[in-house]
Amino acid sequence: MADILTVDHLRAYYLMNYFGVNREVRAVDDISLSIARNEVYGIAGESSSGKTSLIKVLAAAIRPPLKVVGGSATYHFKTGDIDVTSADAEAIEAVRWRNLSYIMQGSMSVLNPLRKVGRIFEDFASRPLGLSGSAFRQRVVGHLERLKLSPQVLNAFPHELSGGMRQRVTIGLATVCNPEFVIADEPTTALDVVVQKDVLGLIKDLQRDMGSSIVFVTHDMAVHANIADRIGIIYAGRLVEEAPTRTLFTAPKHPYTAHLVASLPRIGDTTERPALEGRPPNLANPPAGCRFHPRCPLAIDKCKTDVPPLETVAPGQRSACWRWRDVEPLAGGRHRAMELSK
Amino acid sequence: MKAYLLFALKRFVQFVFVVLFGCSIAFFVAHLSPISPVDTIIMQVTGRSASSPDAIKALRAALTEEFGLDVPLWQQYLNFMLRLFRFDFGPSLIAFPTPAINLVMLALPWTVGLLTTAVVITWVLGNVAGGLAGYFQNSRLLKAFGIIAIGIQPIPYYIVAFLMVIIFGFLWPVLPISGGFAMNVRPGWSWEFALSVVHYAILPASALVIVGIGTWFLGMRALVSNIVTEDYVTYAELAGVRQGRIVGSYVIRNALVPQLTSLAMALGGIFSGTVITEQVFTYPGLGSLLVRAVNGGDSAVVLAISCISIMSVAGAIFIIDLIHPLIDPRVRAE
Amino acid sequence: MFSVLRDLIRYNREFTIGVVLVGLVVVFSCLSFFSPVDPTAVYRVAPDQPPNLTYIFGTNSRGQDMFWQLTFAFRNTLSFGLTVAILSRIISIVIGLAAGYLGGWVDRALMFFNDIFVAIPIFPILILFYFVMKTNANGFVLAMLMACFGWPYDARLIRSVALGLRFREFSRQAVFAGMSPIKIMLEEHLPYVMPIIFATFMANMIWSIGLEVTLAVLGFTNLNIPTVGTTLYWANNHSALVVGTWWWIAIPVAIVVILFVGLFLLAVSLNEYIDPRSRLRRMGA
Repeated sequence: MADILTVDHLRAYYLMNYFGVNREVRAVDDISLSIARNEVYGIAGESSSGKTSLIKVLAAAIRPPLKVVGGSATYHFKTGDIDVTSADAEAIEAVRWRNLSYIMQGSMSVLNPLRKVGRIFEDFASRPLGLSGSAFRQRVVGHLERLKLSPQVLNAFPHELSGGMRQRVTIGLATVCNPEFVIADEPTTALDVVVQKDVLGLIKDLQRDMGSSIVFVTHDMAVHANIADRIGIIYAGRLVEEAPTRTLFTAPKHPYTAHLVASLPRIGDTTERPALEGRPPNLANPPAGCRFHPRCPLAIDKCKTDVPPLETVAPGQRSACWRWRDVEPLAGGRHRAMELSK
Repeated sequence: MKAYLLFALKRFVQFVFVVLFGCSIAFFVAHLSPISPVDTIIMQVTGRSASSPDAIKALRAALTEEFGLDVPLWQQYLNFMLRLFRFDFGPSLIAFPTPAINLVMLALPWTVGLLTTAVVITWVLGNVAGGLAGYFQNSRLLKAFGIIAIGIQPIPYYIVAFLMVIIFGFLWPVLPISGGFAMNVRPGWSWEFALSVVHYAILPASALVIVGIGTWFLGMRALVSNIVTEDYVTYAELAGVRQGRIVGSYVIRNALVPQLTSLAMALGGIFSGTVITEQVFTYPGLGSLLVRAVNGGDSAVVLAISCISIMSVAGAIFIIDLIHPLIDPRVRAE
Repeated sequence: MFSVLRDLIRYNREFTIGVVLVGLVVVFSCLSFFSPVDPTAVYRVAPDQPPNLTYIFGTNSRGQDMFWQLTFAFRNTLSFGLTVAILSRIISIVIGLAAGYLGGWVDRALMFFNDIFVAIPIFPILILFYFVMKTNANGFVLAMLMACFGWPYDARLIRSVALGLRFREFSRQAVFAGMSPIKIMLEEHLPYVMPIIFATFMANMIWSIGLEVTLAVLGFTNLNIPTVGTTLYWANNHSALVVGTWWWIAIPVAIVVILFVGLFLLAVSLNEYIDPRSRLRRMGA
């Protein structure tokens, strides 16, 4: 099968009961998408849009108060299919790190400060690789070379490495087993632009070498332009648009996307950019109908009551908007960001 | 290496300061006493038989010189400080003329032994149990243990020790409730003596363990509950690292570092608790000696015990401080 | 503030139980104000009576009605605990806030001082104090002495909170707006520090009462003032267990344990309430 991940009408809520108050935060509310093999899929959205919760489900890190209340997320690995919303713990443990791995946000704190890097590699990768001792070490050193890290790193403690090195170690940790699917959760957010460029280049090279698929989550559209093949925009727990990168930037078909794309600054452009009114909706009590309607410049009465379905509006492009035909790229013209991409 | 030596030096200076300051406090508190040791001895001597006034005067002069009371207070303080370095506290009263320090040194090993054993057991057991309870939050057994710990933890040492004396002394006399070793065993380096010591130490040590374990359990459980939410633990769980490895090397190991610091802070209190417990069990350590000395009006011994206690506790804290960088690599770098 | 208390009582079981237990003991000790007997008088009633309808807690070998004795005992003990806790709170707040807020050499000097106090075992000093004062030792001076040793842990805690607050944005804004440092400390920072103070207040009370009981039991305080400790001392003195007047010991111990467990539950539940992460965990389960 060409697809490696199929998400089908996934719904995951935070169910909380505190001091007698019952709250249901609809972080992931009916999302369906598929990701092909050897593809980099970018997920974009503001904070508290639900993208982190979606990632948690995809990474099989579903823990109370988060609960999957409907739908499924099925991986089609070479070793077999597995639906992470319903599979048992053993099956999930079998694929962890070997077929499915995760690059976490914040290289500062994901490595155990009291453990040498070499031992951390052992903890994480020895079992999935099925190697130990010198064979294991050889494999790790070889992999580190690709990341331009010297074998000395294995003898160091995490705080003895620089931020960039730590990030590369984290990426190395996630990729040493050649997983088929990698989830990258804002891996470049805390880094300065120079290191960011390095890290992005590294991820791209690794992806090409390993042929794995990557889900890349970040709110930074410039990074998406640089690395993603396709981009999915998440707003208030729903997927509102999905398109190949170029198309998304040049011809967005959802008002929210248009705004996101227009927010990228371009050298020489001094036109004033209007900010979106209002604030992201409260996921415990989202607006009826299309969740974007309170802030949308194109909103009509229908948007307040009827939820727009996610439909294919052009080859490879889906949009959830009643008025997608009327969406114009807000700032017009090509973007410098596009000139940076591959 | 050089950084470590500098660090050790800094801590050593602090240790010295603590000892000097603490012993000074003890000295000044002791010399507020309206009871003069010279008068006490004179009273004892004259109470037994008649003596000539000249003899009394000579005795008084000799005693005053012996106790160093014939000079003004600041000079007494200076003398005290100088003699402190030689561990000379003057003669004791309850066992006159045996030097006070001798009595203290006889009792000290018993206290140190009891305390060290109890502390090691409580700290290790309490932390491991607390760590497991903090990680496996849904385990009924561990939750039950937690409730028991909450119930026992606030009860002061004395009451627990007292209750144990009641239970094991009157209701179920299977273990000895007083003394350090059986009366018919000769002290020395023999198996018989060692076994007897252990036998007699079981109750006092258990009292200390029961009181102490709750604190470590609850503290560790709270600490671990926080560590479990740390990124590196979540990441390791996401990666499918073996659970045993996570609990041991990622959670408990990381929580032990602040717990070691807490141990250092708590040692003063634990020491006091040991002294109290000893008194209840008439264990031949500093506790019993202290009570005897107070009841006998022996300021030299009381002062000696105070100063030696301060030195021991400060010394133990110093040792723990030295161990700290060895177990936490982040501190090493400073 | 009251809605917080109401929520805590309604939803936090530990807090409720703690309030109930401590409340019981406080009410009990307040009964002492209505006592018809003089607590220092001895041999007023028939001695060694087990608990019955006339004497609810029985009488002791000194011919005193245990019920009224204990009301006074607990009143004195509680007031002692309160005094020590309040005094040591004051010291720890002042030192903690000063060290955290002023920083620099003030901080270093205060913490050096703090570490010294942590290392000194208090028990020998207290014994020394009693030894010196004998029957002149009154409760208040003892309380002051204990307060002098009860502040180090909490001062450090407050200091770290103050350090954190100092660098938070709202502090900078206040300074920028021209608020004087004292005003900032009192109006902006104190509300953050107060929950810690309440929680440590309970812990401190447990500690000081425990120590007082211990000293008194060993006979190292003024034995004429009825407190929980002196009650136990006299019980020991009259070999209560051997003679068979078990209620002389059992009842005060039981009430003391109730008090301690109650205080402890209050401290623990307040601590948990303050920590936002534990609140999140409660939401999930």
